[in-house]
This record gives sequence, structure tokens and C-alpha cells, in this order.
Amino acid sequence: MPDRKSIIDIQDMRKVYDLGTIQVEALRGVNVNILENDYVAIMGPSGSGKSTLMNLIGCLDTPTSGEYILAGERVAHLTDRQLAEIRNRRIGFVFQTFNLLPRASALQNVELPLVYAGESPSERRRRSKEALEAVGLGDRMKHKPNEMSGGQRQRVAIARALVTNPSIILADEPTGNLDSKTGDEIMQLFEKIYANGNTIILVTHEEDIARHARRIIRLRDGLVESDQIVSRAA
Amino acid sequence: MRFLVDVFNGLRIAFGALRANKLRAGLTTLGIVIGVMTVIMMVVIVMGLNKALKSQLDFLGAETVFVSRWDWQSNNWRDMIKRPDMELDYIDDLRAESREIEAISPFFDQQMTVSYRGAQLSRINIQGVSEEFFLTNPKELAEGRVFTAQEVSRNANVTVVGPDIANQLFPDQSPIGKEIKIGAWNFEIIGVTTKYGKVFGQSWDNFCVIPYGVFQKRFAGQNFDGLTIVAKGRGEDRVEELTWEVTGIMRRLRHLDPREVNDFGINTQSAILEQFNSMTAGVYAGGIIIGFISLIVGGIGIMNIMLVSVTERTAEIGLRKALGAKRWNIAWQFLIESAVICAIGGIVGVALAAGVSQAISSFLPTYMPLWVVLVGVIFSAVVGIFFGLYPSLKAAQLSPIEALRSE
Ligand SMILES: Nc1ncnc2c1ncn2[C@@H]1O[C@H](COP(=O)(O)OP(=O)(O)O)[C@@H](O)[C@H]1O
Ligand SMILES: [Mg+2]
Repeated sequence: MPDRKSIIDIQDMRKVYDLGTIQVEALRGVNVNILENDYVAIMGPSGSGKSTLMNLIGCLDTPTSGEYILAGERVAHLTDRQLAEIRNRRIGFVFQTFNLLPRASALQNVELPLVYAGESPSERRRRSKEALEAVGLGDRMKHKPNEMSGGQRQRVAIARALVTNPSIILADEPTGNLDSKTGDEIMQLFEKIYANGNTIILVTHEEDIARHARRIIRLRDGLVESDQIVSRAA
Repeated sequence: MRFLVDVFNGLRIAFGALRANKLRAGLTTLGIVIGVMTVIMMVVIVMGLNKALKSQLDFLGAETVFVSRWDWQSNNWRDMIKRPDMELDYIDDLRAESREIEAISPFFDQQMTVSYRGAQLSRINIQGVSEEFFLTNPKELAEGRVFTAQEVSRNANVTVVGPDIANQLFPDQSPIGKEIKIGAWNFEIIGVTTKYGKVFGQSWDNFCVIPYGVFQKRFAGQNFDGLTIVAKGRGEDRVEELTWEVTGIMRRLRHLDPREVNDFGINTQSAILEQFNSMTAGVYAGGIIIGFISLIVGGIGIMNIMLVSVTERTAEIGLRKALGAKRWNIAWQFLIESAVICAIGGIVGVALAAGVSQAISSFLPTYMPLWVVLVGVIFSAVVGIFFGLYPSLKAAQLSPIEALRSE
């Protein structure tokens, strides 16, 4: 597929957590190139640096050294404000613990990124309803997170990640807190998102989940151990 | 427009957070409540006192000056007694030279006994004036008429009396045309004024006004303060011009050279009020300082609670940042929350102050204009913004990942 452009280009990325007395090398020179409309699973044992890498890709954190080029732009050169805009418009996050605002309804939670995008209230409402319907929660808009099941909460979080139409969806163990049936349903949803042309990067330590992706990157001790295309034989 | 949307969003978040923590917000805001209440009570009482004094002094008329040997606001009697007497001739000079004076009259007064047949009233204020006096003074007639220029120039024994005299000497008949005795002299009552009421607790309705020529002939005895010239200007807003002009003319009439101080008093209602206001200003300032201190203490409480709130909501801040909130979005959110807590405290403080001032209004005059309410609430919000600034900036500076991880 020669016509697909690189959207995430990470070169020799290092991340050191300075704990004063000791320094933890979470990433020790990672090279990853992800193309538009890739579907990548990042795997690896606990503590191998998966979350660290995701946070860097998501512009939530800054690397100790190395280069990160996001859609042609060198992230190190961006201002705080521009980073906020990237997180708002280009990237949608899905977290293991859902991270919904507990006092807000599903609809209000989904509206949140649009609030920061400066959309008008009516536009926010319209697009949030659309996103909730797309994840099959058209009838749960007024519900608060504690009135919903884990699967439903994660769907709300996915609707929130999709609502600004970002090109990249980052999901750190999205099924980690769900039973396997609900996890499968969530993975179907990702499949749909992928079919729409989005780039999906997903952290997991379950082989079953990773199999949904088109490509698996394995990390070990802060280094890329392997980077394979998933065979679609089955 | 964008700004309004931001403010509105901030308000929504702030109210949500407050609803979740009602008791804590309530306790925190206590300092603000007390501060605002103190400041407002102070303003309300002092303004009430000033307003009450002004209404007490209304009998003087706001547009009138009183020129005499005496400065009403001085107690330096020893110097003032050495001043030369006022002269009736000044009146013609003032009338001729002034552009501000609309009506001018001499005024003498003296305490005398008044009687009719058997009935006697002692210590009645006898006032000797010209017919123009009735134009300088807001006395209204209930009955009869005032005296004429002819009656003044031929020293007619006529009098206009206050309603107390009329009621006490003639409880069930009209006093008009009756002859009463002032001291040893007979006067015919030609008019009765309307009831004025009390001034500083004393009835302002027991007087007899007579032509000044008669007064000079009969009553200018001992304990006599001498002549006061009453001059009414063109309006309350021109009383300052009137004062300046009359002072200038008087200095010339008294042959004062520029280095000498006035050897006469120019007295006005506004000068007395100013003196009183400057006395109450001290009380005012004291109250406002106390109020300020409690506002600052309250503000520090707010700062403290906002810092707690930022710490508690670190994860929320991280999430908001991950979803695209800029620093100022976060700062705004906490600033508005802090401003809202304080403004609510301000509203409660204003309401309590209104209640207390209502409760004490029966023995202490109070007066709460709308601007005091607005300033109270707005000022508390400003305190909230000021003390919310540090916690808000701290929240805004949190790195999104640190904040997210705190969960
Ligand atoms: N904020 C942090 N401070 C210190 N060490 C950290 C921090 N975050 C992660 N680490 C360390 O970095 C390494 C990689 O962590 P992480 O990226 O979370 O791994 P994974 O997600 O693969 O389990 C681990 O050794 C972890 O203890
Ligand atoms: Mg992890």
C-alpha cells in the first residue's frame, strides 16, 4: 500500500522517569512508524512501556529524547496550546477506567471535547447525540455513569473519543475492565471505526483482543521486540 | 459570544461542583458572609445617620445661607464675641450686589412668655423678620396670611404663630384676629403655619414671627444673639456660589483686607452636614477596615478550599486536558467556581445585612440603597477571583499525564 501516508513517526524515542534516587528507563529507543488507517495493537508484559508510549503518542507527555512527527509536524516544536488543540481535534482517547465525569450525563460527557472545541450548544448536542447513537446508546443519553454497565460506560467513552471526528483513536487497555463478551462488543465497535478510515492504536495484553488489529507491535523492557502484520487467514 | 459561552460553561461546572459540596462551600463562605455583612451594615448605618441628620436640618433649607457673628460650627466663643455686630444696612448692600440671592431678610430671636387671658406659655421663640423671610423659609400657612411690607415698615403689632401656640391658647376657636401678649405687648395673630414636627426632639412649632422693627424696639434685650441675615439662593445646586458671593460682599462691607480672616459666620445646612459626615467618616472607615479584614480572612479560606478542590479533582483536570482543555479553560473553571462561591457568600451577607438593618431601623436610622447591594455582591466575587487566582493557575499548570495518573 504505497499511497498511504505516515501519520505517526517515532524515532529513537526515550523516556526516563526521574524518581530522584533512581531513574526508570521506560522507553529506551523506540522506533515506530504508523500509517493512516493502520490498526495497531501494542502488546507486551506489564511494565514494558506500553502506556508510556501511548501517552507520548497522545501528546499527553513529552519524551526525554527522540523525535515524534505527527502528521508531518514535529511535536517537540508545538506550544502547549497547539498540543491541546491536537488532543482535542486529532486524537480520541479511550481509557481502561473509562474516565467519565461522574456527575454528568452520558450526553454531557460526550459533549465535553466539543465544549473545548468551542462549538455552540446546539451543535454540541446534535453531534453528541449522533455519536451516542453510533455506539448504540441512543436511549441512554440522560443516564449518569453509575446508572450504566461497564460496557455501556466504555461505549460512552468511545462516543466521546469519536465526537470531534479525530483521525487517530488511542485506546489503553479498553477492555481491561470488561468481561470477555462485552470486550468483544467493544472490539466490534473498533472494527467499525477502523472501517470508517480512522487510525486505531490499542494497548492490550490479551492475544484475543490483539488479533482484531491488523498489526501487532510487541514491547519488552522499553524496546520494540517485534512488529508484525496479523495474518487474516482465519 | 465565545466569551459568554465560556463563562456559561464555567458557571455550569462551578454550580455542579458546589452542589456536590454544599456544606463545605457553605462553611467556607462564612468569612465572606461576615465581611460583606459588616461592611454593608456600616455603610447602611452611617448613611442612615447622615440621611436622618439631613432631614433634621431640613428646616434650615438647603438653598439658604445664614450670615451672623457666629460660626455655628465653631465653639470659639471668646473670639467670636469680639466680632463687630451685624448691621441691618448690609441687607440692602447684599440685595443690590448679589446675583445669587433671591430673597433676603433680617432675623432676630429671643425666648419670651406668650399669654392669652389666663393661659401662659413660657420660653416661646420670638422671631423678628421682614416680609421676605417667608420667601426664605419653607414655612407654609395653615390659616390667615403673612405680614406685608407696609406692616413691617410701620412696625405693626402683628404676628404669625406656630400651630403649637394656636392649639394651646385657642384649642377650640380660630386664633386669627385674636390679641395675644408677647411679654408685655399686644399682638394681633394674622396667620398660623402648618405643623412642622420635631427637630432633635424639640417641637419646631412654638414660635411667634413678628416684624423686625417691633422686635428691635421691644425685645432686643439681654441674652440677645444679635442680627442674623437669612439669604435664600437660586437653588440647592447653587448654594456654593451663593456662599462665595455673600462671603465676598460681606468681606468688603466689613473692610477686611485679604490677609484677615472672616469676622462673621456664613452658615449653611450643607456645611453642618459636611462636618457631621466627616465625623461619621471615621466610624465608616473603621467598619470598612474590619469588613475588609474579614473579607481577606474569608478570601484565604476560599483559597484554601480551592486548593483542596484542585487536589481532589486532579484526575478530572487531567481528563479535561486530555480531551482538549487549554490551560485557560481550566483556570477559568476554577476562577469562576471561586467567584461564584464568594458571590453567593456576598448575596447571603447582603441579605443578612438587609434583615438586620430592618430589625434595628426602629431605633437606629438605616438606609440601604441598591448600589450598596450591587457593590457588596460584585466585590465578593472580586475577592473570589483574587483568592481563586493561585489555585486556578496551579490547576492550569498540571501536566495532563500527572493529573490522569492520580486516579
Ligand atoms: N510516572 C511514573 N513514574 C515513575 N515510573 C513510571 C511512571 N510511569 C511508568 N513508570 C515506570 O515505567 C515503566 C513502564 O511503565 P508503563 O508504560 O506504565 O508500562 P505498561 O503500561 O506496559 O505496563 C514501568 O517500570 C513503570 O514502573
Ligand atoms: Mg499500562
